[in-house]
Order: sequence, then structure tokens, then C-alpha cells
Amino acid sequence: MSQDGCLVKILVNGEPQEVGLNVSVDGLLVSLGYGGKAVAVAVNRDFVPRSSYPQTRIQEGDEIEILAPMQGG
Amino acid sequence: MRVAVHRPFTIGEVELKSRLLLGTAQYPSPDVMVRAIEASRCEVITVSLRRQNAAGGGGEGFWDIIRGLGLHVLPNTAGCRTVQEAITVANMGRELFDTSWVKLELIGDDYTLQPDPIALIEATKVLAEDGFEVLPYMTEDLVVARRLVDAGCRVLMPWGAPIGSGQGILNPYALRTLRSRLPDMTLLVDAGLGRPSQAAEAMEMGFDGILLNSAVALAQDPVLMAKAFSRAIEAGRQGFEAGLIPSREMGVPSTPTLGTPFWQQQAAGKEEGS
Repeated sequence: MSQDGCLVKILVNGEPQEVGLNVSVDGLLVSLGYGGKAVAVAVNRDFVPRSSYPQTRIQEGDEIEILAPMQGG
Repeated sequence: MRVAVHRPFTIGEVELKSRLLLGTAQYPSPDVMVRAIEASRCEVITVSLRRQNAAGGGGEGFWDIIRGLGLHVLPNTAGCRTVQEAITVANMGRELFDTSWVKLELIGDDYTLQPDPIALIEATKVLAEDGFEVLPYMTEDLVVARRLVDAGCRVLMPWGAPIGSGQGILNPYALRTLRSRLPDMTLLVDAGLGRPSQAAEAMEMGFDGILLNSAVALAQDPVLMAKAFSRAIEAGRQGFEAGLIPSREMGVPSTPTLGTPFWQQQAAGKEEGS
């Protein structure tokens, strides 16, 4: 997934992770085990629509939220 | 201003038969949740979005159950404290649950979980403009309600009392005022109810519906409590539609006084004595 083998440090749901530089949101979801699952994504507190996953590239220091359906009141 | 008593209950363009909206959290098990939802005969259930481990299957299990019920889903923004957070979570919910409805929750005080009215209005403007059907969880303030209507809300959801507190309707005056000043708005009481009678009280005031969670989910028998609330809400609505009598200080006989036995003698006796 990484273009030049470099790793960048990011936060996924508040937990530190290292991923390949310029990996797409698509690629990130697959590598974290969320591929094909019912989730929605925000990068740095902004919503990223599913249609934008391929062209949205993860950068050093990005804060990613991956949210799933849950019980609520 | 008179509230139209026989109008249908709608959220946006959707007409609903049940006036109960039920939360999906805090039940002892998924099975009890499903049975409580079915017993309540509600048509709208609230859901949320949370972080979950991919290893734990994400939210797939829960989402499969919810989809299986075939009801309208109302995603919330529970836990959001800023306008930006709420807008982001609302958008994530719209994509994930494939609905433009959002229960907009923006907490301004951690102890009481009181909604932040200023942030609510700001977020509502953005979301309504973007095509969301915004159902704001709000305090009972009339002017905030007017601003939310101006911002694009077609449904308002004032609290009865703080979320999960079970205290019932703490400010009946303010809720009655909201009802009479906004006769054409769909108004739901959301949060704070503990007893079916409190739901009936809100419905007798002319509220269009009730959103509940803790009072049902945390009851000793959630399935039976769901049924109890459902019936109380129907009873309260019917009471409102039937037209309640005004309360009076004095007793007024209900049995006809004409033809009262021994009336002549009693009256004569009293007159003689006076």
C-alpha cells in the first residue's frame, strides 16, 4: 500500500497506529479489518463520504474516526 | 391559538401511526430489546454511532437486528459537544443508516446533560440547509424553539427532565406554553420520563409523541413496560383529542339534580330553619 515504504504515525479511534504513507481510506479500512463492514469515517473531524475513500490519502498525524452502528437513545 | 386535535402524526413527509419513538440502548440483551420494540408497536427507533473494534465484528450484529425489524431509524449525535462534531456525526449517520433524519444532541452541561441551545441552533442551520430532517433534543425554552423553527426544524423535542433521570415533566407550564404558542409544530417530549402516567400527562397536553429509552430498557420487565408506555401514550392522546374538561375548585354534581328524592322536604326544612 505504501508508495515508498515510509510509515506515518496516525491516530485511529484514539489509538496510535502506523500505516504506509499516502494509503487511501479504502486501503486503511482493509488493512485494519474493516473492509466491507458497515462503518462511516471522519478524518480530522471532517466526514469523509464513501465515494471519496479512494482519493482521500492518509497523512502524518491524521486523526481517523471509524464509527459503526450502535445502540442509542 | 388552538391545536388541531385530529391531525396525523408526521416526521417530515412520513406519516406514523404510533406516537412512541423508542431507544435501543441499555436493554439486558438484544433479544429483550427486540421483544420490547415489538411490544411497543413503535415505528421509529433511535440508534447511534460508536467506535468499535474491527475484530469484534464492528456493529454488524446490532445493525443486522435493527434492519431486520424494518422500522424507521433515527440516528443520534449523542456525546457531541461542538457544532463541528455534531455535523460530522450527523453526516456519518446519514451515510451509515441511509436516512436524512437526525436526532440532534449537543450537550452543554455534563452533570445535567442539558442541551446547548446556541450550538443547537447553529448546527441546525447547517444541517437543515444540507437536507437533513433535524429533530433537536432541546430544553423547553419557547424562544429557542422559535429559532429552531426558523432554522428549518419541522419537529421539536423538548426534554421532560434530564436524560435518564425518570423525573417526569419538571416544567409543565413551559411545555403547555410551547404547545399553545407553536400549535402547528410536531412536538415530542424526549427524555426524563420514568412512568407511563408521565407520558400520558404529556400527551394530554397535546404533545404529538414521546421519545423514550431508559424508562423501558431499565425496567424490571422491559417488554411489559414497553406495552404499558404504548398504551399510556395512546390513552393520553385520546384524552387530548376527546377534549378534557377544565378543572374547578368546587364540586359540581354529576347526577341530575332534577327529580332528586326528598328534595322538596329538605329544601322546605332548610327554608323554615333559616
